[in-house]
Amino acid sequence: MALYSEKVMDHFRNPRNVGVIEDADGVGEVGNAKCGDIMKIYLKIRDDVIEDVKFETFGCGSAIASSSMATELIKGKPIAEAMTLTNKAVAEALDGLPPHKLHCSVLAEEAIKKALQDYYERNGIAYDRSAFPDCEHCSHCSAE
Amino acid sequence: MTSPCIYLDNAATTRMSSAAIQAMLPYMDTVYGNPSSLHSMGQRAGEALSDARRTIAALLGCDASEIIFTSGGSEADNQAILSAARWGEKRRKKHIVSTAFEHHAVLHVLKKLKKEGFEVTLLDVHENGIVQPQQVAEAIRPDTCLVTVMYANNEIGTIQPISEIGRICREKGVLFHSDAVQAVGHLPIHVHEQQIDMLSLSAHKFHGPKGVGALVVRKGVPLIPLIEGGSQERSRRAGTENLPAIMGMAAALTEACEGMEAVNARMQAQRDRMIAGLANIPHAALNGDAYDRLPGNVNFCFEGIEGESLLLLLDDRGICASSGSACTSGSLDPSHVLLAIGRPHEIAHGSLRLTLSRDTTDEEIEDTIRAVRDVVAHLRGMSPVWRDMEAGREPFILR
Repeated sequence: MALYSEKVMDHFRNPRNVGVIEDADGVGEVGNAKCGDIMKIYLKIRDDVIEDVKFETFGCGSAIASSSMATELIKGKPIAEAMTLTNKAVAEALDGLPPHKLHCSVLAEEAIKKALQDYYERNGIAYDRSAFPDCEHCSHCSAE
Repeated sequence: MTSPCIYLDNAATTRMSSAAIQAMLPYMDTVYGNPSSLHSMGQRAGEALSDARRTIAALLGCDASEIIFTSGGSEADNQAILSAARWGEKRRKKHIVSTAFEHHAVLHVLKKLKKEGFEVTLLDVHENGIVQPQQVAEAIRPDTCLVTVMYANNEIGTIQPISEIGRICREKGVLFHSDAVQAVGHLPIHVHEQQIDMLSLSAHKFHGPKGVGALVVRKGVPLIPLIEGGSQERSRRAGTENLPAIMGMAAALTEACEGMEAVNARMQAQRDRMIAGLANIPHAALNGDAYDRLPGNVNFCFEGIEGESLLLLLDDRGICASSGSACTSGSLDPSHVLLAIGRPHEIAHGSLRLTLSRDTTDEEIEDTIRAVRDVVAHLRGMSPVWRDMEAGREPFILR
């Protein structure tokens, strides 16, 4: 199928970092099953660096590929760098996504930010709330 | 015959039969005249056109003059519904009865008519995907101009009680149209006996060519042309007839009807084997009635996964299938058919349609059951929804 780039298909067929981190330092879940996409990101953080990251995704090919690529882009990176990850960067790293699938890359960005927010909350670290999306109201979906 | 893939998307389209291809060839390079021309080449083409019309009429239980060749099922649906609506409009009958899970070629026309001031009643099709004749009887009002109910559903394959609905409509003096695109060539049909006023069909669903179909219309039903121009098709559909395709359609329908009983017996056994095999997957459910369904239709929902990723991974294993998933269509809403039979959104996203043909082998059925099992397990393994349900944090919806 020519719907997706080779990169997307590669990450969809062989997703990197699938799984769960039982003793995660931060967990973020976005999307909802009614829309057909849920992403969950688990972070292990040491000295402000993302030491390990895992994901679980319920969704289409591009949702799985976006999660996989996003985890690769932040693994081993300082938190400050992970915070700057944009959906655009995820889509570009995948050699592009079809227009109606761009929301998958948005979900990936939001899932990572939500996991980082969870880490800050758990550890009582002060942070700038405005830097995080309001994931309770996904803009791409009205099914809720 | 041998193909590199296991093709189980025959409700979308079928492989053309060699009989159909052979029937088309002479009308491309030998008898290429225009059926409307007076010269002998044209007359030969005209005779072939009449033969095809008679052949198709005989197989469907109607008169040759009641067949109008179209570009396919969608055009036939459009013409049937719009004609009935225009007829009704003149008599202040602006109410139409249909079902919630019709094909979009019907639903979108009804939506357009609604904007023009028509009232449309879409009947519930219940959990089993079958409308009850009684519902039709109760929905018909003095101002009803048309009842349009599909013969068999394109996604879940459920067969509707067409003869009973035909009887009710005839008794009440209401026009009855049936979109029979999935049924023609697959189920025995007799338009006159079943009291169907208008019926749509499409050749590529029964191993004929794409881009050709027909609207069967009972004598006396007022039809308006969608395409104005020459006087082809008794002035009800202008444009030079697509003779090669029409010849292919006639040959394909002849072959399909002749072999129907034997093919259906075999295909139904394969279908039931597939249903049994997939039903073994935990938290999976068949969509639509298990018995009143097309011999080649299997449609399942699998909890905890999404349909598009299922399709892509099956494609990787050489299996061509289809899904009612929102992601395959580019919209966010899953199949209106699955929602109409009461599947919640989150379940409807994880659907899979496998549609068999007379070429499907037992081996392909077994290979597919194995592949679906593997792929479903793989996708569930990375699904947070599935993990929550397995851990008992969220309830399962299917069983």
